[in-house]
Amino acid sequence: MSGTYLGMPAFPEAAAKSTQDTQLRGNLRHATHTIRAKRAVAVAELEDWPQLRAAGAAVKDRTLRHLDHYLEQLETAVTAAGGVVHWAADAAEANRIVTDLVRATGETEVVKVKSMATQEIGLNEALAEAGIHAYETDLAELIVQLGDDLPSHILVPAIHKNRSEIRDIFTERMGDWGRAAPAGLSDEPADLADAARLHLREKFLRAKVAISGANFMVAETGTLVVLESEGNGRMCLTLPETLISVVGIEKTIPTWQDLEIYLQTLPRSSTAERMNPYTSTWTGTTEGDGPQTFHLVLLDNGRTDTLADTVGRQALRCIRCSACLNVCPVYERAGGHAYGSAYPGPIGAILTPQLRGTASALDASLPYASTLCGACYEVCPVAIDIPEVLVHLRERVVEGGAVTLRGTRAVIKPARGHAAERAAMRAARWTLDHPAALRAGQRLAARTRRLHPARLPGPGRAWSATRELPAVPAESFRDWWQRTRGEGKST
Amino acid sequence: MSHLDPVSPPSGASSRELILGRIRRALADVPRDELPGSVPLDRDYLRVHGTRTPEQTADLLAVHLADYRALVHRCPSGGLPALIATLLAERGARSAVVPDGLPDGWLSAVSGVELVADTLALTARELDAVDSVVTGCAVAVAETGTIVLDGSAGQGRRRITLVPDHHICVVLAPAQVVDSIPEAMERLDPARPLTWISGPSATSDIELDRVEGVHGPRTLEVILVDE
Repeated sequence: MSGTYLGMPAFPEAAAKSTQDTQLRGNLRHATHTIRAKRAVAVAELEDWPQLRAAGAAVKDRTLRHLDHYLEQLETAVTAAGGVVHWAADAAEANRIVTDLVRATGETEVVKVKSMATQEIGLNEALAEAGIHAYETDLAELIVQLGDDLPSHILVPAIHKNRSEIRDIFTERMGDWGRAAPAGLSDEPADLADAARLHLREKFLRAKVAISGANFMVAETGTLVVLESEGNGRMCLTLPETLISVVGIEKTIPTWQDLEIYLQTLPRSSTAERMNPYTSTWTGTTEGDGPQTFHLVLLDNGRTDTLADTVGRQALRCIRCSACLNVCPVYERAGGHAYGSAYPGPIGAILTPQLRGTASALDASLPYASTLCGACYEVCPVAIDIPEVLVHLRERVVEGGAVTLRGTRAVIKPARGHAAERAAMRAARWTLDHPAALRAGQRLAARTRRLHPARLPGPGRAWSATRELPAVPAESFRDWWQRTRGEGKST
Repeated sequence: MSHLDPVSPPSGASSRELILGRIRRALADVPRDELPGSVPLDRDYLRVHGTRTPEQTADLLAVHLADYRALVHRCPSGGLPALIATLLAERGARSAVVPDGLPDGWLSAVSGVELVADTLALTARELDAVDSVVTGCAVAVAETGTIVLDGSAGQGRRRITLVPDHHICVVLAPAQVVDSIPEAMERLDPARPLTWISGPSATSDIELDRVEGVHGPRTLEVILVDE
């Protein structure tokens, strides 16, 4: 993914630091609890939520099981409507395609509507290297960009900043990028939004090229769909002459009618509204209205590898609503940056290690960034069983095994640092396969219970440093059963 | 599946074959005779939530639009020209952009406001200097408080309802009002560029405080015409 995130520490180290930040924890707690409560109300309005959820999952499953068919259909439809379709196998290729397309226009600046896919591939950095300036136009993304920061939430990327921090960023940095913030800017959200309006409007009015992602692509019609609130999306999608959309191949849905499901579930799951203020759909180009040149870049970048994993495949159903972030006890305390990718929270913990593989310490640690409490699965509008995939990925990290990497089947080694866990698993497997040894071990443990240390020695120390060791009973269950219910005893 | 050359770096058209090839290998578990349509899909969700008379549907639309801080006005069809004139005057609008095909008579009572035609020559910068815009719509959805514009007669290009800060949108009830999203989808043509609007432009990016109007019109006035 993005070069920005390279060298990020593994989740435990990053979280150990971020959980000490009381400001961050306060911001996050307020945000996640507020959205969580509102979402529950918005969802409760629809009595058929379970059916919508099941249909949303089924449409995505149908698409994923026949993704080649739907992508070819999409390509045909977009092309027929006047668009140009490009295919990008990885981040480098996508960045190269977009850079070349912008260069061909002769422009050196572009406006961008918030897009997870372009963040994932580090497009802004790649464009900067080519001398092209990409302006983020979503208010939160603007805050992040002006502050040389990283997004920390899928829906509200600057949620880790409070109003006075935002005021300071605007006051100090807006002038470097264009129209400066008004003198004496207050930290009232309305004033801050107004400063952003003035700062960005001059960019919108002169922009010739825009870059977007998309929430959905409809295969049968070739229609792209963007949901947003501020109108910056509409500005980018309609004012410039050239529009370049970079979209993950998993954003495809088969039919126009299928969209009716997600237009009901996505806004309620993400912003807890009946509907987001603006939704734009476009099919190729329209003469006289909007960009007259439209390019669609279809992005793989690890998605086909994820597709090859029959357990992990369901992560590709994700519609990026961020409901799972807002209910996750781990996200609430650790914050989004600790996950080290464009995709934080529970969905990031399963998506990132599948898109990037588990070779780095960070990626290998992500399947452990969870308590497996299951709240993320409960709220997911497309019913992704995140805990199931987390456990599946933990096994992959510990045991290694067959995976698909960049389209090629490979056998990966267990990740480093899990030797003790692996040894314990092996020992447990052997013991459970040998009843006599298990019985002997349990008896020994029971008889020596007064001698057990309160803290484990050796590799177990880290585990017991933050947990009470369970007390060993005086008698094992087997011995108790034998004594009270065994042969010769009346029942 | 086409020939794959693992040595040469992917570029342009070859990446298409590379990606499609990866997908086909990734889906080795999918039975060869399975068609997309054979993957089960129950559409047992509701087409409409609740039962309403057309009048109740229009009422619900008004309530839900107002919930997200659109200003909702209602009038009989004969009252429309006067209401539009009043709203523009109250706003102090000196100019208003008008799309092609806006019904004759809607603006008959307007005076003292420069009417700007939505032509190809009208640049975004010129549009930025216009105070208001008056349009119709394609359909409005009561359950979500949404109006949809599709660029056909009386609605104009997408930019005219975006750049001016004040949008007056006329909805004809019951003809243009449906209950639900599924009902709206049926009426809309995906080949047209569509704009779905639910309340004015808004952001909650700063401490989750909702602020109206970042980039789109900060004031959305919806006139529900009871026909």
